[in-house]
Amino acid sequence: MLSKRLIACLDVRDGQLAKSIKFVNTKDIGDPVEKAAEYYLDGLDELVFYDITASSDKRNIMLDVVEAVAAQVFIPLSVGGGVRSVADATDLRLAGAEKINVNSAAVARPALIAECANAVGNQNVVLSMDVAQVEVSAEFPSGYQIVINGGRKPMPLDALAWALEGERLGAGELVVNSIDADGTREGYEIKLTALISQAVRIPVIASGGAGKPEHLYDVLTDGHADAALVASMVHYGDYKVSQLKNYLHDREIKMRMSW
Amino acid sequence: MNKDATVIVDYDAGNLRSVQRACAEVGINAQISRDPAELLAAPRVIFPGVGAAGAAMASLNSSGLDQAIREYLGTGKPMLGICLGLQISLDFSEENSQETLGLIAGQVKRFKFSNPALKIPHMGWNQVTATQPHPVLAGLEPGDEFYFVHGYYPTPDNAAQVYATTDYERDFASAIGRNNYFATQFHPEKSGRVGLRLLAAFKEWDGTC
Repeated sequence: MLSKRLIACLDVRDGQLAKSIKFVNTKDIGDPVEKAAEYYLDGLDELVFYDITASSDKRNIMLDVVEAVAAQVFIPLSVGGGVRSVADATDLRLAGAEKINVNSAAVARPALIAECANAVGNQNVVLSMDVAQVEVSAEFPSGYQIVINGGRKPMPLDALAWALEGERLGAGELVVNSIDADGTREGYEIKLTALISQAVRIPVIASGGAGKPEHLYDVLTDGHADAALVASMVHYGDYKVSQLKNYLHDREIKMRMSW
Repeated sequence: MNKDATVIVDYDAGNLRSVQRACAEVGINAQISRDPAELLAAPRVIFPGVGAAGAAMASLNSSGLDQAIREYLGTGKPMLGICLGLQISLDFSEENSQETLGLIAGQVKRFKFSNPALKIPHMGWNQVTATQPHPVLAGLEPGDEFYFVHGYYPTPDNAAQVYATTDYERDFASAIGRNNYFATQFHPEKSGRVGLRLLAAFKEWDGTC
């Protein structure tokens, strides 16, 4: 039986680890390479790096970070943030990223998903979507809206419709990030996660809002998520990766327990 | 090209550097090559790959690597297949309805589930259970999980060529082998220390079993 995955997301700005709260007030909290190695040795199942570097001339720093992590961390490594072309995806893959996350650029130009899928394989293309809850309407029948540019720009795009379109275009996996829950530590958006996970056949990673171990349990059960993404709850030392995995394992969630 | 180097076969099927990095971690000096002569001369070969069976076979055929792989196996030296490398080792793949190398008799089939909760591809960590001993699996412990990403699975004709199974709705063959060839459906290079142990065991394997 397939295990549920615990994934840690490291937001990286100018080569340093940052954690956003509701996508603003980002704060640098350390060396991403060190953190990655620490989590790997503590049983993490997968790593996501999200490059939030503002200036494009510093983007190559991210490739160095990926390269340094890939040399010592032997679990799947997923990288996103600013992927706009197949060339960006290929550069990251060569540096050592297994999976490529696309987000805003795919909303602006959906063909990017298919292009990346052709270049690096469907299973390595992750469509990351930032989602806000809205009133149910003709424009947003699911009651959820896609927001791009790091949570700043709401788009006339229904989140469920976009998830299905992403799957159709060849995404191998979805990250569903609730910008309402992000950084609150009050729990994942269970309803949103379940809605999307039950509508697609590809794996769904729940993101945004994890603060306590029970939040992970809830999203992996009621939320039907295939994986739970955590950030601040491990970055600040409140919880250890192995502690979270033990918690879930004790509650009969199938987790990888030998590493 | 160092004559003692393990060759990682490059046939335009995915990023091979992650395999090379994991090899380095366990002390295997591995070089990526698409030259049939280098492959034949190598003491040890890794045949990885990610992608579709059709494109992979086209690339192997046009480069002459298909023939080099057959000849290499004839020498008795060890070869490790990974993921797509395993899949195109059988006779036929449902992916692109493609005839494949025929190193191991059998077919590769697409996962089909009536239960919509079972996602395709089979992506993530899953348990690998040895069904018979093999030197490459010597370090495997009960409960060990490996990282998988695949939408198709191998069905070898001969059950004696199955070395490990994994459960995804039903058991499928997750490691197969024949003589000096051993292949895994999972990715040891992405499977943490459990995966590195398998690569270290491959490094010690002389090709007999």
